[in-house]
Amino acid sequence: MSRVGIVSYGAYIPRWRLKIEEIARVWNVNAEDYKRGLMLEEKSVPSPDEDTATISVEAARNALKRAEGIKPQEIGALYVGSESHPYAVKPTAAIVAEAIGATPSLTAVDMEFACKAATAGIQACMGMVKAGYIKYGMSIGADTAQSAPGDDLEFTASAGGAAYIIGANDLVAEIEDTYSFTQDVPDFWRREGSKYPKHGGRFTGEPGYFEHVVKCAKGLMSKMGTSPKDYDYAVFHEPNGKFPLRAAKILGFSEDKVKPSMMVCKIGNTYSGSSLLGLAAVLDIAKPGERIMVTSYGSGAGSDSFSIKATEGIEKKRTLAPSVEYYVNQKEYIDYATYSRFKGQLGAE
Amino acid sequence: MSFLGVPSHWRRYKERYRLMGSRCLNCGNVFFPPTKVCPNCRREGRLEDLEFSGKGKVHSFTIIRFAPEGFTEYAPYAIGLIKLDEGPSAISQIVDCGFEDIHIDMPVEACFRKLMAQGKDGIICYGFKFRPANDSWKKP
Amino acid sequence: MVLKKRDVAIVGIGSTSFGEHWETGLKELVAEAGFAAADDAGIRGKDIELVVVGNMSGGRFVGQEHVAALMADHLGLNPTPAVRVEAACASGGVALREGYMAVASGFYDLVAVGGVEKMTDIYGSGATSALAGAMDFEWEAYFGTTFAGIYALIAQRYMHEYGLTREQLAKVAVKNHYHASFNPLAHFQNRIKVEDVLTSRLVADPLRLLDCSPISDGAACVLLAPAEDARKYTDTPIIIEATKQASGTLSLFMRKNICTIEATTEAANQAFKDAGMSRKDIDVIEVHDCFTISEILSLEDLGFCEKGKGGKLYDDGQTYSDGDLPVNTDGGLKASGHPVGATGVKQIVELVKQLRGEAEKGRQVKGAEIGLAHNLGGSGATVVVTILRRGD
Repeated sequence: MSRVGIVSYGAYIPRWRLKIEEIARVWNVNAEDYKRGLMLEEKSVPSPDEDTATISVEAARNALKRAEGIKPQEIGALYVGSESHPYAVKPTAAIVAEAIGATPSLTAVDMEFACKAATAGIQACMGMVKAGYIKYGMSIGADTAQSAPGDDLEFTASAGGAAYIIGANDLVAEIEDTYSFTQDVPDFWRREGSKYPKHGGRFTGEPGYFEHVVKCAKGLMSKMGTSPKDYDYAVFHEPNGKFPLRAAKILGFSEDKVKPSMMVCKIGNTYSGSSLLGLAAVLDIAKPGERIMVTSYGSGAGSDSFSIKATEGIEKKRTLAPSVEYYVNQKEYIDYATYSRFKGQLGAE
Repeated sequence: MSFLGVPSHWRRYKERYRLMGSRCLNCGNVFFPPTKVCPNCRREGRLEDLEFSGKGKVHSFTIIRFAPEGFTEYAPYAIGLIKLDEGPSAISQIVDCGFEDIHIDMPVEACFRKLMAQGKDGIICYGFKFRPANDSWKKP
Repeated sequence: MVLKKRDVAIVGIGSTSFGEHWETGLKELVAEAGFAAADDAGIRGKDIELVVVGNMSGGRFVGQEHVAALMADHLGLNPTPAVRVEAACASGGVALREGYMAVASGFYDLVAVGGVEKMTDIYGSGATSALAGAMDFEWEAYFGTTFAGIYALIAQRYMHEYGLTREQLAKVAVKNHYHASFNPLAHFQNRIKVEDVLTSRLVADPLRLLDCSPISDGAACVLLAPAEDARKYTDTPIIIEATKQASGTLSLFMRKNICTIEATTEAANQAFKDAGMSRKDIDVIEVHDCFTISEILSLEDLGFCEKGKGGKLYDDGQTYSDGDLPVNTDGGLKASGHPVGATGVKQIVELVKQLRGEAEKGRQVKGAEIGLAHNLGGSGATVVVTILRRGD
C-alpha cells in the first residue's frame, strides 16, 4: 500500500493573553478554583482584525514555509475546519486558497464538526492523495472561539490554528492508519442566529468527550493491533488541562507521553486548532521513528484518531518555520475591558 | 469610504492578499502596485507578476485617531509608509506592537488581516498589514 | 511654448465668510460670493460670458453633482456656459487657471471664476471619508489612512530628517490665527499660543487639532477680463502675470522623497519664468496650509528658502504681515477656513485686497505690489502657482 502522511505543518497563535485571574476578578469568583479545576493559567485572544480566515492564512503560510519547495499551485485540495467561520455562507477555504496563491486548480470546502472539523479534513486529504487524485492536500483547523460573558466557557475559549499539508512523498511523518467514532450526542451546540453556544454541563464529560475519545483511540489500536506502549506520544483534544490527562489514564498512556502536547494550559482551548496544535508541538520535538497517537474530539459528537510515525525528514524541515513554543511565548497581556473591546462586546459602532 | 460594489474589492485580491506587484523583464525594475505598462520601457516593457517578500522598513508612521467610515471601531491604529526590501513602498497599518515601539527604520514583515467589513451584512475586506519583523524563531 | 495671448486682469472680487453656515446651502453660498464680485466690478449677470466653478465634492457632501450648471441657473445666468473643475483642494486654483486661459486666448471677454464647498452637513467619519477622495483611494484610503494621516506621515519624516520641532510647527498656526484676528471673514478669529497647539487633541500623530485646517462652508468669486479693458470695471486692476499648473504622484508612497512636493517646484519655476520675476520680487504669499507642515514644506518647495530651513522662518517671526516674507495674511487655510473648492479662489481674493491696499489694518502688507498664490490638491498631485501684479 502506498504511503501517505504529513509533508509539512504550520502553527499560528495570536499574541494577546487574558489571565484566569483577570476573568475571575471581573465575575467575582475564585480564580484558584478555575485554575485548579481547568488546569490552565491564561488563554489567547485574537486582535480585532484577526479571524478564522486570517489565522488560517498565517498557519498555512508557515506550513508552506516549512514545506521546502512546494509550490502553492501544487495543492489540489484545501479544507478549513472551524466553528467560527467568518461567513455563514461564503467559504473560508476560498479566501485562504486565494491568499496563499493556490487558486484556481484545486477543490476547497469548509468543514464543520465542532472541534474535529480539521481532522476530518486531514482524512479527506489522505483519501484524495492515496487515490492519486491530488499531489498535496491541505487541512487547516482554526477558531476564534466564542463564549458568553460570565459563562464557564469564557475561561477556556481561545484562538489559534494549525495547517497540515498531506502528501505521499517527502514526509515529516507517515500517517499509518486512521479510525473514527461518531454518534449523535447533544453535549454542546449553537443554533443558527444564536451568538453563543450552549452546553450540557457535566454531560459533556462522560457521554461526550470520554466516550468518543476513549472508544476511538481503542478502536484504532484494535484495528492496528497496537497498544499504548507502542506510542511515544499521545495527543488528545484539549478543552482544558484535566480531560486529556484523564483520557490518557483510562487508555493506559503515561502522563509524560501526553504532557509535551498540552498547550491548553498556556493558550486555552483553540477548538478546531486544539488537537492539531498539540500535534504540531509534538512534531516540533519528535525524533525520527517515534510514534504519535492523535485523537481529536468534536461535540455533537465524534472523534478521529491517527497513528503517526515521524520520519528521517522531520529534523531538517521543523527548523524552517516558527515552532508552537515560539507562538506560545510571543505574548502580551490585556485586561478584561480590552478583551471585551476586542471582541466587540461593548457594542461600539 | 462609502461602501463600494463587490467587484471593486475582488479586482484587487491578488495585490491586497499577497502583496503582488510587477517586475519588468526588460529593465529589471519592480513596481507596487502592479502595472500593465512599464513607466521606463513603455512599449518595450515585458511585465510579469512579482509577489513581494513582505519584508521592509518603516519610512514614516502616524497614529490615526479619527478614523474614516468602516474603521472607527479599530481606532486608534498605526499607519506606516513602508519601504519594501525590493524597492517600492506601500502604505498600510502597523499591528502587533505598542505605538511607542514604532520608529523610523523599524524592520517589519507583512501579515494577512481583516481591514474592515462593509457593514454588518456586507463582505469582509482583507489585506496586508505589517508587524514588527521577528526572526527569533530561527534556531541558531 | 510661446502663446499668442493677451494680458488678463482681475476686475472684481467677492467672498462669503468661511465657517459653519447652518442656514446656508451650496446655492446660497455661491450667490453671495457671485453677487459681491459683480457689485465690486459694477457688472450685471448678463455680461458674464463663462462661469468656471471649482468644487471638490458636491456629491459626497450634499448629494449634488452638476454643480456648475446649478450655479449658472441659480445665479440667473442661463444660457451662459458653465463648467465645474475638480482637483481636490486645488479645484479653485485650477478653476482660476481655466478662466485665465479662456480670457487670455481671446475666447471670452468676461469670465466669472468661483469656488465653493458646503461641507458641514455631514460630520465625523463621513466627512473624513469624503476628504479621503483626495488621496489614492485603492492604496491609501482603503487601508485606513486619512488625509490628516498622509500629512502626518510627511510631518513625521520631515521632523526626522531636518530636526523640525513641534514648537516650530505650532508657530505656523499661531501666526495664521493672529492674522485672522483682523479678518472679519475668517472661520476662526481667536488668537492662540504655541501651548494651545501643543495641548490640543491628537488627530494623527504628530499632528494635533490646531495643526489642521477646519471643515468649513464658503464661496469666493473673481471676475476676469482682458487687461486692456480692465479700467472699464475698476480703478485698481490686478494683472495675472503667470498662472502655472503641474501634476505629481497621487499617492504619497509613490513619491521619491516624501518631504518634497515636486509639482510645487515645477509650477513655481514655470510661473517665475513666465512672469520674468524672481522670488525676491514677491511681497506677499498665499500658501496652501491644509496642515501646518504643508506651509513650511511649501515655502521651501516654492523656492523661498532652502529645504529643511523653513522652521527657522517661524522662530524669527519673518512670515507675519510686517515681516520679510508675509505668508497667509488672511489666516491661511488654518484660520480663515478651508471650504475645499473655494480656497484657491479665496487666495486670489486675498492677494487682490493686499495689492489694492484694501486689507484690514493689522494684516495689510505695506506697499504690496506683487503677490503669489500656491494652491495644492491632495498630498501634492495637483499644484497651481499664480503670480499677481498691481496694474498701472
